[in-house]
Amino acid sequence: MDAGSKSASPTRRLLLLAAAGFGFTSLAVPAAATTTAMEEAIRALTGEAVINRGKVKLELPPIVENGNTVALTVSVESPMTEADHVASIHIFNQKNPQPYVAAFHLAPRAGKAAVSTRIRLTDSQRVIAIARLGDGSFWSDSADVIVTLAACVEG
Amino acid sequence: MARVLINLPAQATRGEVIEIKTLLAHPMETGYRVGPTGTAIPRDIINRFVCSYNGAELFRAELFPAIAANPFIAFFTVATESGELAFSWTDDHGETQTEVRRITVE
Repeated sequence: MDAGSKSASPTRRLLLLAAAGFGFTSLAVPAAATTTAMEEAIRALTGEAVINRGKVKLELPPIVENGNTVALTVSVESPMTEADHVASIHIFNQKNPQPYVAAFHLAPRAGKAAVSTRIRLTDSQRVIAIARLGDGSFWSDSADVIVTLAACVEG
Repeated sequence: MARVLINLPAQATRGEVIEIKTLLAHPMETGYRVGPTGTAIPRDIINRFVCSYNGAELFRAELFPAIAANPFIAFFTVATESGELAFSWTDDHGETQTEVRRITVE
């Protein structure tokens, strides 16, 4: 009984913190990007083209302690020649206020189609990387991330 | 002018794939945060980054508020010839900061 109440208290504290956090964000942010907003942003990029899975590898830590800086690496299997190369890499997220994170434009002379950066994540969510190849085809990969301390909420 | 860190080899062999790492000191203010007076802090981010190798564009990035403060960007290139790599960051006010690094290719 005693042990039960002890184990419950940190959860309650976390819930209170989360509630406080939500209040704060709702003041600052009128609407967070939803899955629909992400899909619209992706469609604006790809149009009616089919998005294939594979070739792209999106690396993100599965559990993030601080959503203010999350290391992200995207690499694409490609020989990077004039005939077959990656033209651009686009990153999207599900729940941040804006679905678009970044777009990187590459040239065949990159030699290796890989980009690293650091992003912000406001909540536990799915991140999607889409690569556009020189021939106009699209390839993607996604990663689910659990965020314990959200970006934007605190300083 | 903001502080910049650029990491690339000073020397490379011809045809070698080299990694270039860049970091610019910048708050990347999202525009979604509220200041002490209760009003929103206006957005101020680096929205564009371009790297060119001897004048030819090598890599370009469009950035949004979801990029963390002090934007770090790492990418690759083939060392083709000796010369200059120019890096430029453009912010929301349209101001551009450009840095140049030399590379010797043998």
